[in-house]
Amino acid sequence: MHSRGSLIQLVAVVVLVVVAAAAAFNPIKQNINLGLDLQGGLHVVLEGVDTPDAPVTPEAMKGAMAVIRSRIDQLGVKEPIIQMEGDRRIIVELAGVQDPEEAVRVIGKTALLEFKSPQGETLLYGSELEDAQAAINPSDNKPEVHLTFRPKGAQIFAEMTTKYLHQQIGIYLDNELLTNPVVREPITDGKAVISGGYQTLQEAEHDAIMLRSGALPVKLEMVEKRTVGAILGEDSLKKSLKAGLIGIVMIFIFMLAYYRLPGVVADFSLIVYGILVLGILALLKATLTLPGIAGFILSIGMAVDANIIIYERLKEELRAGKTLMAAIDAGFGRAFWTIFDSNLTTLIGAGVLLYFGSGPIKGFAVTLGLGIIVSMFTAITFTRYVLRLIGRSRLVTNLKFYGV
Amino acid sequence: MTAKKKSRNAKSRAVSLPGENALPKETPAAALPAEEETSVPARKERSFDFVNRRRWWYLLSLLVIIPGLFALGFKGLNLGIDFEGGSLIHVRFQNAVDTAEVRQALNEFGLEKAPVIQSTGENEFILRTEELSEERNGQLLAFLQQKLGSLSILRNEKVGAVIGGELTRKAAYSLIIAAILILLYITFRFEFRSGVAAVLALIHDALVVLGVFAIFQIEVDSSFIAAILTILGYSINDTIVIFDRIRENRKNYPRMDMAELVNRSINQTLARSINTVLTVIFCLVAILIFGGQTTKIFALAMLIGVISGAYSSIFVASPLWVDFLRWQKGKRKAFAGARG
Repeated sequence: MHSRGSLIQLVAVVVLVVVAAAAAFNPIKQNINLGLDLQGGLHVVLEGVDTPDAPVTPEAMKGAMAVIRSRIDQLGVKEPIIQMEGDRRIIVELAGVQDPEEAVRVIGKTALLEFKSPQGETLLYGSELEDAQAAINPSDNKPEVHLTFRPKGAQIFAEMTTKYLHQQIGIYLDNELLTNPVVREPITDGKAVISGGYQTLQEAEHDAIMLRSGALPVKLEMVEKRTVGAILGEDSLKKSLKAGLIGIVMIFIFMLAYYRLPGVVADFSLIVYGILVLGILALLKATLTLPGIAGFILSIGMAVDANIIIYERLKEELRAGKTLMAAIDAGFGRAFWTIFDSNLTTLIGAGVLLYFGSGPIKGFAVTLGLGIIVSMFTAITFTRYVLRLIGRSRLVTNLKFYGV
Repeated sequence: MTAKKKSRNAKSRAVSLPGENALPKETPAAALPAEEETSVPARKERSFDFVNRRRWWYLLSLLVIIPGLFALGFKGLNLGIDFEGGSLIHVRFQNAVDTAEVRQALNEFGLEKAPVIQSTGENEFILRTEELSEERNGQLLAFLQQKLGSLSILRNEKVGAVIGGELTRKAAYSLIIAAILILLYITFRFEFRSGVAAVLALIHDALVVLGVFAIFQIEVDSSFIAAILTILGYSINDTIVIFDRIRENRKNYPRMDMAELVNRSINQTLARSINTVLTVIFCLVAILIFGGQTTKIFALAMLIGVISGAYSSIFVASPLWVDFLRWQKGKRKAFAGARG
């Protein structure tokens, strides 16, 4: 009765999956970012260290982070990760850096604020600066930065502005020119304003942060550093793709040899599984790390489990003399909670890992956890659907093809 | 093997469980209650006696675990820089360079602690040293370059002792939390007895992996924790599948002897237990052999754990469950006897 319609549906599903796989390939490839361990890069943890004249404060750490961010911008790295961890740590992750060792040197540099004479000699350092704040000048509505010096700095600044009246003095941060205002009058009260040259308040704030961080140089210690050369990253990517491919082919052959026709369905639903997992990773704009790939490969091995549980049930039901359709339904019905229970504990493990793990290990937890959820979904929906179609189509009725 | 088993089956039960008379004697498959619904395979099953030989299996496990515990106690794990702090330099030289030359060069450079040199490929080495400052690290690389010719840096890591300590602490927390959550879940879904048996099997697996790594002093890094946690979550799958079947069979054959019932359940799920582990083993072996250097430790730990997990589900968790059940019944009976 149903056989014709089911057969057509079956063919349609196969075509649909193949087309979807082909269509999804490029978008997935473009949207999954490779982690720093796969394209080379660095992971650095900097920790603020209290010094007598520069204790670690939230303000100071914010300033230090701004300095680091501006330095990384100079490196031209795409999508850098710079974040605080706790109160006194900064984590920096850069992927796709050609020379990670050089990047580490740039990041690890001490922030240095200097006031230079027109001749280029440094007369005053950022350590003499007490504060820098951005503000809007009420008279002309233009943004500016207000500087306040400490007493000693104020004195030097007074001498400096007297000497170089009507000339340009340079304000340098890490040897780079920030602004070079013209001195209009000698400044003796230790307060200065950098005005003109700022288009927006944001720009002024940016510089104020820079200046503050120069004024409050928190000593940062590199407590963790991991660099991966681009060669190793590429090598790791190639090797793990190869390993994944070999693992998958072995699973395919095994399932085919052991479970026959349902094995083909399992292999097919593994493809659907792969598209779904990678597709979700791409949608989430996730970053694929080396442990992440390992997690994905592993999750394929585990994803077959749901199929195996169902098929073993199916075989038992067939041996018990049930008809094919009844056996398929009974097999799935009985296997559901088994699959759910056994996968949930793996999910617990992945969840704990996601919570406690760091960096690349989190990537592993994400792909593993996602893989488990998707594999349950595909086994219970897709595999079942296709098997029932085959059952209804009466395409293959010889139980030999079901491994019995 | 099947023919021999029957007689030994009865004998071993008579020896090990004298107080079992109240339970129904061996129920032959033919005499099963006729009204029970489905899932009785029509043909005769191949079966292997897992439960009544359990003392041998326990012994086998202990033979692996006890030396492992000794190794853990006396030598401990070979902790990498992720845990202990230190520096790691993974380099590839352009010229032909052997380990002796690298060692010679490092000696000349003069480090406080003797470095560990591991050859990982042609002219490729991993050097593990004490924690080096950025400056010292740069000097060492320049020195190697000067002595042994041009090199490329594949990996360069430095982990401070503080970070290492934190990782160790986090690892301990996460293992304990995962074990508790799993115990809770199994208790919720099955019963406390099953939970304890399953978690004991998990501890078994963790000890096997830790023991093997301690005995052979294989260096562990942070991915080792990921492996152990994944093993905890994954290897219990087999146990759950078997327990699930035990529960179902108990409903269907309420009067069957426990040992027989557990045996039957294990045998019914055996193909699944083996096949599912096989597919994971395929993946792990592929990663171990063909994958990159940095995932090898992970794959090795997982491989040992997954195999141990499959073993412990069948040979440890289920027999333990039978032991617990009998132990509790025995207590109850003794109590009832004292009263009446």
